[in-house]
Amino acid sequence: MTRPPDADGDGPAEDAGGAEAMFVRPFIMTGGRARPTRAEVRLETLVLAAPGASDAPLEFEERRLVELCSAPVSVAELAARTRIPFGVAKVLVSDLMTSGLLVSRQAEEPHELPLDLIERIRDHVRSL
Amino acid sequence: MSDRSEVPLAVKVVVSGGLGVGKTTFVGAVSEIEPLDTEAAITEVALGVDSLDGVDAKTTTTVALDFGRITLEKSIVLYLFGTPGQDRFSFLWDDLVEGALGTVVMVDTRRIEDSFPAIDYFEERGAPFVLAVNRFDGAEEFDTEEIREALGLDAGVPVLPCDARSRASVRDVLVAVMDRVIDVHRKAGRRTAALARG
Repeated sequence: MTRPPDADGDGPAEDAGGAEAMFVRPFIMTGGRARPTRAEVRLETLVLAAPGASDAPLEFEERRLVELCSAPVSVAELAARTRIPFGVAKVLVSDLMTSGLLVSRQAEEPHELPLDLIERIRDHVRSL
Repeated sequence: MSDRSEVPLAVKVVVSGGLGVGKTTFVGAVSEIEPLDTEAAITEVALGVDSLDGVDAKTTTTVALDFGRITLEKSIVLYLFGTPGQDRFSFLWDDLVEGALGTVVMVDTRRIEDSFPAIDYFEERGAPFVLAVNRFDGAEEFDTEEIREALGLDAGVPVLPCDARSRASVRDVLVAVMDRVIDVHRKAGRRTAALARG
């Protein structure tokens, strides 16, 4: 069994120096998970780095995300700035919140918002 | 020190409708920021998998997103997200729409059928929406009730004219969405109260 295991297609790309070597499957960054563990992480969710978060030992993408969160920023904008696909950014942000490195005050579902808050939003919109 | 209270609450309204119906103009009329270019993994079609095995990850693709932000007060930010009009990006809809307070479905009376997929999508989810009839030069004028009838909309769904180029007109449509959200919220509350009384 000395033959390289390329027959199943999982082996290294043949021209390791070419374009194939540059290709990273998007959900590699999340260990293959396609869904965030926290329901409140949506594209509009605003997150902020917790104190000391920049000192935490992190992988490259997570470090970049934390660095971009020195002021509140939405997951959609984080995804755009890092060129990380939406779905991947949601999973990574969710993980960082679970680790306590990013904070948010998003409700899990919009129907959990109290009526008086929704009315306040409507009144703000009316005065635009 | 950062803590949760320093982070504004984000709420979202979705702007949907067919390709070229005026979603970009609508969002641009009230937004503080420019639209975003984002990457979408086309693997996101294969949601529900929890392993890379079997995920046909070919590449990512760039999507120009109609994305708008309006700061309502220091602690509340309203985001507007447009749904991409092209069919090939329809897999993004669930991500864009989840958690939205309400939705604007835009319609162009010259191509009214282009709004069917959006109307079906939001009706199926029971999501509160309003129909905004965008004015285009040269388009025949329609009575909003004729349009409601043509689309078979529920009597509770507001149908209103809109000029996506006008900030005031876009504001009026957004107020109508919020009124609809409040209406649906109140009805749901009453239902819950009635059930509680048994």
